[in-house]
Amino acid sequence: MSAIEPATPTSPASAVAGGAAGAEAKPDWPLGGTRPEARPPGEPRRVGYLYILPAFLILAGLILYPLGHAVYLSLWHWDGLTTGTWAGLENYADVVSDPALRSSFAHALVLLAFYALLPVAIGLLIAGLVARAQVRGLAFFRTVIFLPQVIAMVVVAVMWRMIYEPENGALNELLRAVGLGSLTQSWLGDFDLALPSVGGIATWVYYGLAMVLLTAGVQKIPQSLYDAARVDGAGPVREFFAVTLPGLRGEIAVALTLTTIFALRNFDLVYITTKGGPGDATSVPAFEVYDRAFQTGQVGSAAAIGISLAVVIFLISVLINRVAERGAR
Amino acid sequence: MKLTRAIMLALAALVAAFAVGCGSPGESSDDAETTATTSATERVDVAAAGDVTLTVWDQEVRGGQDAQIRRLNEQFQEKYPNVTIRRVAKSFEDLNTTLKLAVSGPRAPDVVQANQGRPVMGSLVRARLLRPLTDYAEVYGWDDRYSKLLIDLNKFSADGRQFGTGDLYGLSQMGEIVGVFYNKRLVRRLPETLEQFEAQLAEAKRAGQTPIQFGNLDKWPGIHEYETVLGRYASPQAVSDFVFAADGASFDTPEFTEAASAIQGWARAGYFTEDFNGVGYDPAWQRFTRGESPYLIAGTWLVADLARAMGDDVGFMVLPGQSADDEPVALGGEGLPFTITTASRNPDVAAAYIDFITDANAARVLVETDNLPAMFVPEGVAPTDGLIGDVFAAWRALNEANGIIPYLDYATPTFYDDISGAIQELLAGKQSPEQFTAGVQSKFSEFTGSL
Repeated sequence: MSAIEPATPTSPASAVAGGAAGAEAKPDWPLGGTRPEARPPGEPRRVGYLYILPAFLILAGLILYPLGHAVYLSLWHWDGLTTGTWAGLENYADVVSDPALRSSFAHALVLLAFYALLPVAIGLLIAGLVARAQVRGLAFFRTVIFLPQVIAMVVVAVMWRMIYEPENGALNELLRAVGLGSLTQSWLGDFDLALPSVGGIATWVYYGLAMVLLTAGVQKIPQSLYDAARVDGAGPVREFFAVTLPGLRGEIAVALTLTTIFALRNFDLVYITTKGGPGDATSVPAFEVYDRAFQTGQVGSAAAIGISLAVVIFLISVLINRVAERGAR
Repeated sequence: MKLTRAIMLALAALVAAFAVGCGSPGESSDDAETTATTSATERVDVAAAGDVTLTVWDQEVRGGQDAQIRRLNEQFQEKYPNVTIRRVAKSFEDLNTTLKLAVSGPRAPDVVQANQGRPVMGSLVRARLLRPLTDYAEVYGWDDRYSKLLIDLNKFSADGRQFGTGDLYGLSQMGEIVGVFYNKRLVRRLPETLEQFEAQLAEAKRAGQTPIQFGNLDKWPGIHEYETVLGRYASPQAVSDFVFAADGASFDTPEFTEAASAIQGWARAGYFTEDFNGVGYDPAWQRFTRGESPYLIAGTWLVADLARAMGDDVGFMVLPGQSADDEPVALGGEGLPFTITTASRNPDVAAAYIDFITDANAARVLVETDNLPAMFVPEGVAPTDGLIGDVFAAWRALNEANGIIPYLDYATPTFYDDISGAIQELLAGKQSPEQFTAGVQSKFSEFTGSL
């Protein structure tokens, strides 16, 4: 794409954004070098690699090498102790063909709705409201709603385990107190409810994050746009879709990307609340990685699940950012 | 463009990994060296062994467990001033997740607690990281200290494939039983047969009580519940044959299915805590201490907590059998065995240490620090009163009758996951007893096929 862009006449604004590309287009350095092989001014380009070398070494040592090693391990059947045997792509085939593993990925996608879509939707709603009116004490409410973010996930999970307790947990007590005793449930013990219940915790944790990102974004949208919309006779709903939503595109992409990553790497929440149960109703890939690597001695399989998970996260974030960028054109 | 660059980066990482990782993971050149251990023929005089530092990894971190190991370590170092014990104490879960890496690493500890069964001890034996102790067992007479099953549980064949036979690899200190705790205020007359027990459950249910407190949110308590019942349908031999994967042993037998159907019947009749799959283990036994139920099926690790909360109102028994004079049978076992690593440079001193913490003096220390010793206790040492007296009596009777059945999750490396999830489904009525036993058996034969 960047190969085409410089050829098209660029508006001043995008020339600034283009940076290096814009400079290259105007070769007026002293030696009259209009020859195509003439190098740009300043130090040789290759020196640049030297500057990034320290950072790259750290990146390579701490991220790329372990990642590569995980890929390597994923190609073996290995119990972590004895000599491994070559597996080729078998571990990856298992990720697709083993029904238990497949369902753990399906659970992760369900959780995605609770981790990413719901919090962003709630955040947007609040952002839309904030955009229309001056809320007294906004900073205070923002702090309160953001608070779950600050608590360690382990603490959150232990707390919600108590809230979901069937007999004297807060949620069922509350339902009984308001006369809805018939709605009380075994929230984490029911095969169909356990996954949404775990998801509910995540929504509670992450809607604050989404809200803070989005309300901050709203404050950056020029007031004149709202005034113009109102002059044109737009109601609150129209205003939201015509002004607020497009103005928040970047923030939505950030919120979605972050929460998607949180959703897919979810381990602590499941480990503490249900251990993947009842049955396998709440098993998720990250929990399987832990279980296989540390408990059941299937290191190769664990690595394969981890790599697959990383690929899925990568693809989804690329997708989200592509969509956001395309919308921005 | 961005995408291609990322893919190229990934490829580069892959190439780098292969450059670094060449060969299969876990390959080592010192296999021959580690197997060449000398065999002990007599007790070594530890005092003459020179200055020795023993690194010991244990998980005896809670109350009485910590007290006993501290006291025994002190006594051992007093007896042999030339020996220094460097103790590394970790919680059970920490120990299990770090043990394999530590034992296979360059500075392996001398003595480690390695959990019984295929998942931990089996894989360590297979990798030849633990030293067989059969020679020391003969020298020190360890076989006479324990009942047969407790010795068998710490045995593996040298290739790690056969469990329950072959060489001895470790000794345990503590015993434990999963049995029936009862509230003396609510249980007037102790049931003598399974039938009487079930009649009492039905009666309690009619009276509006929860007959048995049970919380299965943590997944593992279901194994204890099922096996307690299983012990009354299948013979102890059949259960341990299955756990040891003896020839022809199977989970899919009429007895195993009957037990599954009995416990599913209890769940259906409402004999367990309501919504038990959503209740945690701790809230369940805490409700029992508040007098909400006549019975609780749980392990002896709760004895201290229950006695503190209920005083003399709580008693302990083994689930009664089909007829009143059946031999006692219960799920039980022993604490994590102390084993010696092949990397240890002082196996003789390590063996003397293991001998010291499991001998008659150690049994006395264990009793004094409120623990249930796994080994036979000298006359007159065992307490006879109260809840702890019940437990000691049950342990003795079980060992004399060889009535202890081992934990099912020792059976295969993945069996804990396989069976704990399946029991949740069985008790929720999602699987029939036949589907349950057949399903578990198919997971089991996947494993035995790979042996």
